[in-house]
Amino acid sequence: MLSKKQIFTKGILAVAPHMFSVIPFGIVCGAIGIELGFSPILVYAMSIIIFGGASQIVFLQLLSGGASALIAVTSVGVINSRHLLYGAVLSEYLEKLSFIKKLLISYLVVDQGFAESNKFFQKNKNETHLHYHLLGSGGTLWICWQISTLAGIILGSFVPEELGLKFAVPLTFIAIVVQDIKKLDHVIVMITCGLSSLLFFDAPFKSYIIISPIIALFVAALVLRLKK
Amino acid sequence: MRMTMVALVDRHLLGERVKAVLAYVPSAVFPAIIFPGIFINDYGTFIEMNDPKIFGAIVAILVGYFSRNVIATIISGLFSYWIIIFLL
Repeated sequence: MLSKKQIFTKGILAVAPHMFSVIPFGIVCGAIGIELGFSPILVYAMSIIIFGGASQIVFLQLLSGGASALIAVTSVGVINSRHLLYGAVLSEYLEKLSFIKKLLISYLVVDQGFAESNKFFQKNKNETHLHYHLLGSGGTLWICWQISTLAGIILGSFVPEELGLKFAVPLTFIAIVVQDIKKLDHVIVMITCGLSSLLFFDAPFKSYIIISPIIALFVAALVLRLKK
Repeated sequence: MRMTMVALVDRHLLGERVKAVLAYVPSAVFPAIIFPGIFINDYGTFIEMNDPKIFGAIVAILVGYFSRNVIATIISGLFSYWIIIFLL
C-alpha cells in the first residue's frame, strides 16, 4: 500500500516528460492572446479560468472576431465535451470522494494528466489514495501552464504584427488532429466540418463554430452506423 | 464547464453509442478553426490558391504526421510561411 505522498510524487513524475510539449505550447498560447489584441490581464485570466490551451485560443479567437460571449462559451463547451469521456472513466476510481473534492480534482484534469493518471489507476486498482496521483499530475501541469503562458504573454508583447503570428492558431489545431488523418472515417468527419465552416462562415454571431461540429458529429454518427 | 463534466458524470450515464460518437469530437470540432484560419483572410474573403498560408499548412501537416510533435508542427508551418512572405 502506497502512502498519499508517494502516490502524489508518482503523479508529478508521470507528467514530467510532457513538459517538453506543455511549456512551449503555453508560451504560444500566451503570445497568441496578445497578438489577437487582448490585454495581458485578460489573457492571463483565461489561463486560470479555462486552463486549457486549445479552449483558450478558440475563446479569444472567437471574441476577437466579433462572436458573442454565448457562442464563445458554447464552443469551449463543445471542444471540452471529450471530458465527458474522461469523467466516465475516472468516476470508477473517484466514487468515494465528496462532491467538493471531485470538483477540485476535475478542475485539474487535462488531457495529459488524465492519460498518465488513468494508466496508473489501471495498474493499481486496489490503492486507497488514488486521487493523489491526479492531484500530483494535474497540479504539476497547472503550475507549468501558468508560468509558461505568463512567459508567452510577456514575449507576445514584443512580437511585431507583420509576423502574422495569428497563423499559429490553425497550425496548432492541425498539430492536434493530424494523427487522425490516417483513419478514413475521421477524415470524412474533418472535411465535413471544415467545408461547413467555410460555407457557414458568414452566419451571424460566428455561429459556424457551433453549426459545423454539429453537422460533423451527425455525419460521424452516420459513419458509425455504416461501419457496423 | 470541464469541471462539471468530470464531477457530475457517472460511469453508467453514457451509453456505448454516445461514447463512440464522442471519440470523433476532435475531428468534428477543430477543422472549424483550421479551415477558416487558412482559407479566409482578415477581411473575411477567400484567399487565392497560391497564398503562403496554404503552403505553410501543407508543410505543417507533413511534419506533424511524421514527427508526431505539436511544437515541431507549429514551428515548421510558421517558418515555411515566413520564408515565403519575407524571402520570396
